[in-house]
Amino acid sequence: MSDTRAIQHERPEFVCTIQTSGYGVVEKPLSTWEKLADFGGLRKTLILLFLALIWEVYARWLGNPLVFPTFTATALAFWNGLVSGEIPSATFHSMKVLFQGYLIGLVLAGLFTAFASATRIGSDLLETLTAMFNPLPSIALLPLAMIWFGLGTGGIIFVLIHAVLWSVALNTHAGFRSVSPTWRMVGQNYGLSRIGYVTRILIPGAFPSILTGLKIGWAFAWRTLIAAELVFGANAGGGGLGWYIFETKNALEIPSVFAGLLTVILLGIVVENVVFLTIEKRTVRRWGMQT
Amino acid sequence: MSDGASPLLSVKGVTLQYRTRDHLVTATYRVSFNVYQSDRFVILGPSGCGKSTLLKAVGGFIRPIEGEMRLNGVEISKPGPDRILVFQEFDQLLPWKTVKENITFALVASHTLNAREAAQRAMFYIEKVGLTEFADNYPHTLSGGMKQRVAIARGMAMEPAILLMDEPFAALDALTRSKMQEELLRLWDDTKFTVLFVTHSIPEAVRIGNRILLLSAHPGQVKGEINSSGADIPHADGTTLSGRIERLLFERSVTEKSSAHV
Repeated sequence: MSDTRAIQHERPEFVCTIQTSGYGVVEKPLSTWEKLADFGGLRKTLILLFLALIWEVYARWLGNPLVFPTFTATALAFWNGLVSGEIPSATFHSMKVLFQGYLIGLVLAGLFTAFASATRIGSDLLETLTAMFNPLPSIALLPLAMIWFGLGTGGIIFVLIHAVLWSVALNTHAGFRSVSPTWRMVGQNYGLSRIGYVTRILIPGAFPSILTGLKIGWAFAWRTLIAAELVFGANAGGGGLGWYIFETKNALEIPSVFAGLLTVILLGIVVENVVFLTIEKRTVRRWGMQT
Repeated sequence: MSDGASPLLSVKGVTLQYRTRDHLVTATYRVSFNVYQSDRFVILGPSGCGKSTLLKAVGGFIRPIEGEMRLNGVEISKPGPDRILVFQEFDQLLPWKTVKENITFALVASHTLNAREAAQRAMFYIEKVGLTEFADNYPHTLSGGMKQRVAIARGMAMEPAILLMDEPFAALDALTRSKMQEELLRLWDDTKFTVLFVTHSIPEAVRIGNRILLLSAHPGQVKGEINSSGADIPHADGTTLSGRIERLLFERSVTEKSSAHV
């Protein structure tokens, strides 16, 4: 063959007409059972119930409520703590201190990041400070904080600020720097003012990083707070959840200790899965910046 | 052609340089050209001829180290809403705003219109690019071609003195690309906006432009300006327009090399 591209096997050409109906299921709603199985909250609730059951069985088998109370005893202590107002007031006290520390930490992080974004020396300063202080556990600063700020909540707020500041500043700064150059040019192109540029381009553009910083900062602050209250709560005027755990342990009310821990866990879950998840769903996930 | 009339955009002897991490690169060397009202002016050249840099300089993002650029007689010194850039990248839309908000944001931020008028004009241009039913979608739910349409609608809604397009269709598949070129021409038929269009594709330049500026590579220097009727019809000497452009872009670099040996 001289023409090597010629068709080797002769076949007739054909053209089909496409069917418009009669090909079974195209789209049909899922059954109730399939929908329930897809609902993550339900699956997780089942896991929780199963864990509670194991707890109950093990504690009963152990039979030593001073070491490991049953789930039902813990639940009862939790209920009593709620009704008597002890747990709510301890929670309120903890939250109040936490919010103060968190907010001051955020404001300082904002200032640091603004300085770091505006100047190179500021950026160097922030990077050096974060490298130094981010690995330093806040609780290690508590003894010093008590000397500097006295025995009130001042010391605890100081360590909370330390817990929040670095992770938020680090993430926000990294977020600002990773804002796409195209968005920056778009912002400049439409003649945004300096403040408009920051609030309408930089902050939303860096929002996935900022949100991560807020979440990490919150988790650090929460752990630091409970630990600080647990160790120094008596001196700090008492009243927080950590203090509640410490006090009930001293009174050998072990189910109440468990109830206090349960409260800490529940609050953590609520903030992570309700507050932050809602923010995430309304912002970065909706915008397709995070899947 | 508006002979005698003063050009809308005049670029005179512009040399552009930028810094990379370890080089100082001259992107264009003493480039001059004039763009008149309602021109579809195409800057065509191989990769690395500094055409995108030139467009960004017209946008006001880069200052030339030599020469001057004037829009309506006013020297270009910084970015501004009278020169809107449409980029190649799909991420030029802000993902935290819907299609409509992306356009109204631009109109309001630049103090072109108030919120209500902005919404009206946004819908007008969204309709022009055929995306009315996607007005409230977020950009990540759109295809690449749709995103570029939104970016074009945003640029046109600003009704700038000149629209600057930096290879806006280069990242699209061939079919979508061809469709978008046609749409751009249709939009031009409607409003006769002035556009400065950068591309490295000869067929695209021939199809889009009424005037084509040819740039050489590294650093970009003017090789010539050519008129295009939009169709790639054979010239008097039998060669097609795209053939002529290809020869111009290719042949001279050969003679340059041979003359360097002499």
